[in-house]
Amino acid sequence: MLGRVARSTEVYLVGVLLVLSVVLFLLNPKFATLENIFDVLRNNSFLGIVALGELVVLISGGIDVSFTAIATVAQYVMGVLITRYAVESVFLAFLIPIPIGIALGAFNAFLVNRTRVHPVIITISNLNVFYGLLMVISKGKWIYGFPAPFRDFARLKVLTLVSEKGVDYGLSIFTVVWFLIAVVTWLILQYLPIGRKVYALGGNSEAARRAGFDIFRIQLFVYCYIGFLSGLAGFVHAELNQMIQPNAIVGRELDVLAAAILGGASVFGGAGSPLGVVLGVLFIAFVKNGLILMKASAYWHQVIMGFIIVLAATLSAYQQNLERKRRKGV
Amino acid sequence: MPEKLPVIRLAHITKRYGGVVALRDVEFSVLLGEVHGLVGENGSGKSTLVKIATGVVQPEEGEIFIEGQKISRLTPYLAFKRGIHVVHQDLSLFPNLSVAENIFAHEYIERNRSFVVWQDMERRALEVLGRLGVELDPREIVGRLSFADQQLVAICRAIASSAKLIILDEPTSSLTFREVQRLFGFIRELKAQGIAFVFISHRLDEVLEISDVVTVLRDGVNIGTFPKGELTKARLSFLMTGREITTESLVADLPEAREILRVERLTRRGEYADVSFTLHQGEILGLIGPRGSGRTEVALTIFGLRPPDSGKIFLEGKEVVFRSNRDAIRHGIGYVPENRLLQGLVLDQPVADNITVTILGELVSRFGFLHPSRKIAVAERAIRDFGIKAPAADAPVRSLSGGNQQKVVLSRWILTAPKILILDTPTHGVDVAAKESIYEMALGLARERGISILFISDEEHEVLKVCHRILVMREGRIVREYRPSEVTEEALRQEIVG
Repeated sequence: MLGRVARSTEVYLVGVLLVLSVVLFLLNPKFATLENIFDVLRNNSFLGIVALGELVVLISGGIDVSFTAIATVAQYVMGVLITRYAVESVFLAFLIPIPIGIALGAFNAFLVNRTRVHPVIITISNLNVFYGLLMVISKGKWIYGFPAPFRDFARLKVLTLVSEKGVDYGLSIFTVVWFLIAVVTWLILQYLPIGRKVYALGGNSEAARRAGFDIFRIQLFVYCYIGFLSGLAGFVHAELNQMIQPNAIVGRELDVLAAAILGGASVFGGAGSPLGVVLGVLFIAFVKNGLILMKASAYWHQVIMGFIIVLAATLSAYQQNLERKRRKGV
Repeated sequence: MPEKLPVIRLAHITKRYGGVVALRDVEFSVLLGEVHGLVGENGSGKSTLVKIATGVVQPEEGEIFIEGQKISRLTPYLAFKRGIHVVHQDLSLFPNLSVAENIFAHEYIERNRSFVVWQDMERRALEVLGRLGVELDPREIVGRLSFADQQLVAICRAIASSAKLIILDEPTSSLTFREVQRLFGFIRELKAQGIAFVFISHRLDEVLEISDVVTVLRDGVNIGTFPKGELTKARLSFLMTGREITTESLVADLPEAREILRVERLTRRGEYADVSFTLHQGEILGLIGPRGSGRTEVALTIFGLRPPDSGKIFLEGKEVVFRSNRDAIRHGIGYVPENRLLQGLVLDQPVADNITVTILGELVSRFGFLHPSRKIAVAERAIRDFGIKAPAADAPVRSLSGGNQQKVVLSRWILTAPKILILDTPTHGVDVAAKESIYEMALGLARERGISILFISDEEHEVLKVCHRILVMREGRIVREYRPSEVTEEALRQEIVG
């Protein structure tokens, strides 16, 4: 029901991923080890979680580029609180960034709805406001030395294996969280009226208004949803790195947008699926991992990433053109 | 026959916008199971009447009754609940969602807390589609359907929320002849099931074909509601405009004139085949056929946009090959596209800028700067010459009426001093009076400036009126050529349908 376009994008992506994997395997057999794959999945769980939030915003016809700042602010506040008060409970730590994310998301939604300025402008501005304020207050100081339970949680695995060298590896809890959120997002989009309204708003906002949908409520939902996931991802990011640097996340907006667009989300709204976005994140993750295994310079990463985004956008525009022509032919 | 109850009755409705009276003491009622035509020129109050009937605006004076019950304050939601629905010209569908979901999208408001059960929704969609006898897959994405099918989805959506009255706003303006007939079939079917319709259209033939009664509005006043039997097309035009509109040919026979354009056996696969004709200086050549007959595609080929697979184009006896429309413009060919609002104008820009955009190169000084005063002078002359009703040269085009916007598009092409002007359905969606002024303009260009015009149309009476010769196109081929004196409107229509 996600539409044949979306479905074909996913099938297409699976194919591309398989080809890419084979190429990477041939270049470096280490790529195809379970150890490496688990590692990639763990390291990209931050990206994967926020990309799902971005997907929901894109489907509604909006866009959010402030999520990196939201994740940073949320994790920084958490970091300050758990180190200062030596919070032993990971669950309590986990609960701190989420309301912060939701509140900042609601602020975005409010401005987008009231000012009617394009969300790209609103969220770029808010990216700078949130991030700038944090830098002013924190003076850019790093936070580390978290309580022991917080450190141990990062090593939690759902599945543990032992490598030939006798090192433990396995499926990280954060990968599981990422995939769980993908499923939840899919259920919301597919089976809840609010999810269907998100698609409807992105498909034709005027028709949504005429149908009597409460537009502000839909916008509030999508921007709070990405805010919620940004807060959660901020927690995951702090766990993965065991350190909070205010400038670690900001600047990664393009990776997330690329993953979402690659996965079939349209910048014009109305299209995209969680499965596609998971595949899009995996594609980007594999490419980056391949470059690392080939020991390519960091500058090449940038070149290749830029190239992928142009390619993805071009392909999706081309697909839309074909679609339009087909329709005219009817 | 038992007494029929009005679904809706608007009594003594008066509505003002600022100081302007949009409706004055209007009485309007639609009976159960009736198809009620509503006609009037642009600005006659049709859309205000619809907005009042659907609760979008409130009247200053007057009363609204739905099924005999007085409604003190009608809101859009209340109108919807009581079964008053509009199918807008743009349909208001969600192109990215399925047929079933579009039909039941309104339920998301009320069933906010429950889950979406797809199978249930698809089953109910099949029921609604079945009521109309429409064969559509409820899982198909609406954006992939033809416009005509999308329109049916919009009608099904109204039925699914138990519509008693469906207001169709210009429903046929984007349909082919066959699609219009199909739509009429569905309207008759639903009418038999007791649903009432208001049918708003500029196409008077169609209004007379489908309606049981017709209400005519002029300048916000109800001129009268007439049973179909009392009306003819000429009478309806007269009632709408208050003046007699002739249907006689406006052109004199063209004296022997030299050939300007000749196309020979032009073919483009999948679009048109073996198209040959000539166009003479000062001639208005009609090209009539239904949408999809290839008429626009042929025109675009002559304008350099769709290269032919085979065949030749001659300009003043010399063969030409256009690589792009820039080539065509350089050779003196102008093209006024079908949808002036979408393709021609920048609505928020001043009239002057819109008029002079085609000749900017001539308004530039030696140093490459634009002469604002020269621009205004040229624009003011054009406004005078072409009788454009604009408050000022620097007023935005948006503030002009549809007919005058069309004139702005025309005038910009005329400023390039073309030899050939292609007008693609120039009167599409404009009212009777504006149509008349566009005819006069075309005639003036041909007669006084010797411009040759290829006049694309889908209205028989119009080509009979303004063209020297008429080519009939059907399924990609030119099937007949007529002089207006040789054929009646009815015979021409038969030829077009084939």
